[in-house]
Amino acid sequence: MGFFDGFGITLKQTWKKKITYQYPEEKRPKPERFHGRHVLNRYEDGMEKCIGCELCAGVCPAKCIYVRGKDNPPDHPVSPGERYGFVYEINYLRCIHCDMCVEACPTGAITESKLFEFSFTNRQDAIYKQDQLLVDDEGNPQQMPWEDWAHKRKQAETAEFERTKTSGWLRATSPSGSAQSEGDPLWSGDLGYGVRPSEPDQDTRDGGAQ
Amino acid sequence: MMPLISAVDFGAPGDPLYANGIDGGVIAIMIVKILFVFVVMLVATMFMVWFERKVVSDMQNRIGPNRAGPFGLLQTLADGTKLFFKEDLLPERADKFVFRLAPYLSVVPAFLTFAVVPIGGVVHMFGHDVRLQLADPPAGVLWLLVMSSISVYGVMLAGWSSGSKYPLLGSVRASAQMVSYEAAMGLAVATVVLTTGALETSKIVAEQWQPLNSSLPHWVHGWNLWKLALVPFVIFTVAGTAELNRPPFDLVEAEQELVGGFHTEYSSIRFAMFFLAEFMNTVTMSAVIVTLFLGGGDGPTLGLPSWLMYLVWFLAKTFIFMYTYVWLRSTLPRLRYDQLMDLGWKYLIPLSLGWLLVVAAAKIKVSYAFYTLAGFFVAAALLYVAAQVGRERREEEQDDFGTATPPRNNTPAPEEASV
Repeated sequence: MGFFDGFGITLKQTWKKKITYQYPEEKRPKPERFHGRHVLNRYEDGMEKCIGCELCAGVCPAKCIYVRGKDNPPDHPVSPGERYGFVYEINYLRCIHCDMCVEACPTGAITESKLFEFSFTNRQDAIYKQDQLLVDDEGNPQQMPWEDWAHKRKQAETAEFERTKTSGWLRATSPSGSAQSEGDPLWSGDLGYGVRPSEPDQDTRDGGAQ
Repeated sequence: MMPLISAVDFGAPGDPLYANGIDGGVIAIMIVKILFVFVVMLVATMFMVWFERKVVSDMQNRIGPNRAGPFGLLQTLADGTKLFFKEDLLPERADKFVFRLAPYLSVVPAFLTFAVVPIGGVVHMFGHDVRLQLADPPAGVLWLLVMSSISVYGVMLAGWSSGSKYPLLGSVRASAQMVSYEAAMGLAVATVVLTTGALETSKIVAEQWQPLNSSLPHWVHGWNLWKLALVPFVIFTVAGTAELNRPPFDLVEAEQELVGGFHTEYSSIRFAMFFLAEFMNTVTMSAVIVTLFLGGGDGPTLGLPSWLMYLVWFLAKTFIFMYTYVWLRSTLPRLRYDQLMDLGWKYLIPLSLGWLLVVAAAKIKVSYAFYTLAGFFVAAALLYVAAQVGRERREEEQDDFGTATPPRNNTPAPEEASV
C-alpha cells in the first residue's frame, strides 16, 4: 500500500541514531579554513608581523578595518622593519568574514581563526582593538570576557582545537605556482607554534591518485 | 486515598450525584470534579505540546527540547511564560472588541468539550455515587458538536477583526474547512447514535461494553469501531483532524502559506490562547474518538481495582490517538485548499450519508444493510454510465489541444518574391 509506506518510514526513524550535537558540550568540528574571528600574528621572537601597510583596510569590502601605521621607535621596535601597525581596529558588526584581508596581507599578520562564539553585548565591545586581536605570549588568541569559546570544555583540547591552523589559511601546496616548490613553506614561523607545515597536496590528502 | 471506591458500573443515565437532592457534599464533589478536569486539561495540553515536539523530532532524527527540565518537559511552560511577557499588540485597523473576544471564543469551548467525556462509569466514594464525567446531559453528544461549532466563531472573528488581508483569508478558509468537515463528523456521530439509541455519552460507552455477539467469546466487546464496520471511525478521524486544523489539513495556519493565518496579528497571551485551544482540542478529540468508537475505558481488569484499570485503558487509548495525530503531522504533506474541500464535500459527506443509510437499514434487519449496499453500487454504476454518455462525443469535437490553429508541420513558409 503505497500510501502507508510513508508512515512506516517515519516510524522507523524513531529508532535510528539522532544527529543532534549537544551544544555547548559537544561542538561540530569546523572545516579547516573556517572563517572566524581574526587574530594578529607574531613572529617566533615575539615581534608583531603587522607592518601597518593598510592593505587589509584597503581591500576590505565592508570597510571594517581601521589601520594607522607609525615608524618603529628605534630603541624598542615593535615589528622587524621600518613601520608597525600603531592603530589596528576591526569592527565586527561590519565584518563579513570574507578573508580578503588575509589574502591581501603581505606578511601573514592577519589571519582568521576558527573562533565564532563572540557574542558581545554592546557596540563598543564589537570594535576589537589591536591589543585584543594580537595573539598572546603562547601564540593563542586572546579570549575576551564575553567570548564563550573555552567555556565548559577541557582546556587542553580547547587550545588545540581552537589554535590549530589559526594562521593556516594560505598554506597551499605550491605557493609560487610552480610544482617544484610544492611542499616548501614560504611563510615565517608563528609565536608559540613555529613554522607551520604546508598542507599535503590533494593526492596525498585524498589518499592516492584519483 | 480513596478507599471507598467500588467497582465501576454504568447505572442509569443522568447523574446519580444529584439523585438525592443537592447538599454541601454534592457541591463539594462537583467543585472537585470541575477543578480536576480543569487542571487535567491544562496539564494534558502541556504534555501534548511537549509530546508532539519530541515525537516529531524523533521521526526527524533529531532530539527535541531537552534543556528545560528533565527531557525538556518544562519547555511548554517556558514557552507559555515567554509568551506572557511579550508585547500585546492591537492593530490600528482592528475591531477592538471582537479582536479581544475572539481568543476566548476559541479557548472556552476547548475547555468545555471535555465535560461530557466519560473517563469511567459510576463509582461510589465518600458516600455519594459519582459519575466519572463532569456532566452527563441527556444530549451529551450534541454538546460536542455544539462546542466545535462555537470554536469556528473564534477562528472566523479572529481573522476578520485583525483588519488585515492575510488573516482574513486564513480565517475564511479555516471556517469553510471547519464547517464542511463538521457535516461529515456529525453524520458519523449520527451513525453512532443510531446504533446506541441514546445521545448520552455514558450510554454510548456503556453500550460498547456489551459483548458483541453471542457466537463470539464474551470478552469481545461491541466497540463501535467494528460494530459499524470501520467506516464511520475512519470518517470521524479524518474529519476530526480537519476540524482541528491539524496537519495535513493545516493550510490555514501554516507558516509557509499565510504567515500565520487567522492568528497572524495576535501576540502574547492572545496567541497563547489560540495555541492552547488548538492543542487542547487535539487532546479532547482523541478522547472523544476513544469514547465514541473504542468504548471509553473498556479493557481487561487484570485483577487490579476496576476503576483504576478503566482509567488506565482510557488513557492508553487516548494516548494512541494523540500519537497518531503527531504521526500524521510528521508524515503527510499538506493538502491544498481545493483538495481539502473536495475531500470534505465530494467524498466524506456522501460516504457518511450513505453509510448512515446502510446502518439504518442494518438496524431493522442485518440483511437489509447488504441490500442497501447493493443498491448503492447499482446506483453508482448507473450514474457512471449516464455520465459517460455525452463524454465521447464531446471529446471528438475538439482538436488535440482544443485550439483553432491546426497542428504544426514541417512545410516551409511560402516563397516570397525575393528582392
